[in-house]
Amino acid sequence: MSSEALLPHTVEPHPVTAMYSGKFGTWLFLASEVMLFGALFSTYVLLRVGAPAEGPGAWLTHEEAHLSWKIGGFNTLVLIISSVTMVLAWASLKMGQFAKGRRYLIVTLVLALLFVAVKMTFEYLPHIHDGYIPSHSTFFAIYYTMTGLHVIHILGGVLIIGYFIGPGCALWKENPDYYTNRIECTGLYWHFVDLVWIFLFPIFYLL
Amino acid sequence: MTDNEAHMRQHIRLYIGVFTALAVATVLTVVASNLHVSPTMHLVVALTIAAAKALLVAAIFMHLRWEKTIVLWGVLIVTAIFLTGLIALPALSMGGLPESYHLGSWG
Repeated sequence: MSSEALLPHTVEPHPVTAMYSGKFGTWLFLASEVMLFGALFSTYVLLRVGAPAEGPGAWLTHEEAHLSWKIGGFNTLVLIISSVTMVLAWASLKMGQFAKGRRYLIVTLVLALLFVAVKMTFEYLPHIHDGYIPSHSTFFAIYYTMTGLHVIHILGGVLIIGYFIGPGCALWKENPDYYTNRIECTGLYWHFVDLVWIFLFPIFYLL
Repeated sequence: MTDNEAHMRQHIRLYIGVFTALAVATVLTVVASNLHVSPTMHLVVALTIAAAKALLVAAIFMHLRWEKTIVLWGVLIVTAIFLTGLIALPALSMGGLPESYHLGSWG
């Protein structure tokens, strides 16, 4: 049974949206993700602007919060590089180069895990050890909420990319265009995760 | 080399170029945060650079530069309108807070 029989427009464009349905569906999903993170960014603005001068609601400086721009900056570069390797994976698949595309996917996966490892090792775990937990202050409450949700999204991406490196790559033999399109959709999600971090980095580490 | 390969190789050069721009912009963001300017100016500069980076990622990596379908652009524009409202409306409501509220680090 072919994939096209199960799901229509996995490769051929849909007459209304003029693109294959997976891509349009992914964009709709990303629109909902924009509202999710947007609500949290809005919360951040309110909490920060309304912060009193003293007390647990007072805003912390980066020194007080032990947040290093060097670690944040390193992680920013890690995610940017992973975005490039993700799009290069898709480009390789478009040119029929499966082995090369899979290698780029593996590099993307490794970089994603590096991001999480750095965050846990140099930020979350030392913070928790020193008592800087969500209930410590308003600053840490919103910091953990936003960066924690972002890390969960990274881990979700790790699962998806891992699937397409592993068992999912069997689809390439059956329908290479469908496989390539699914990688493109994975890439859209991954670039969105990078986009969110592009805004998280300055608001928590620099401003 | 087929037409498709030539086309993709052109795209790959563009991706590497955008990556370089993003890396430079990240460094610029850090440098700008150390400038001796007002908190408002820090905010404006940081968010402007972040917006420029976001635009590059969306246009080139997410292929929006080449997407012409009206349905997709309709979804994106409506999302942008709602996102603007989601952030602007609560922020604008800050004017109604009692005198005892201190306008924190951006006041």
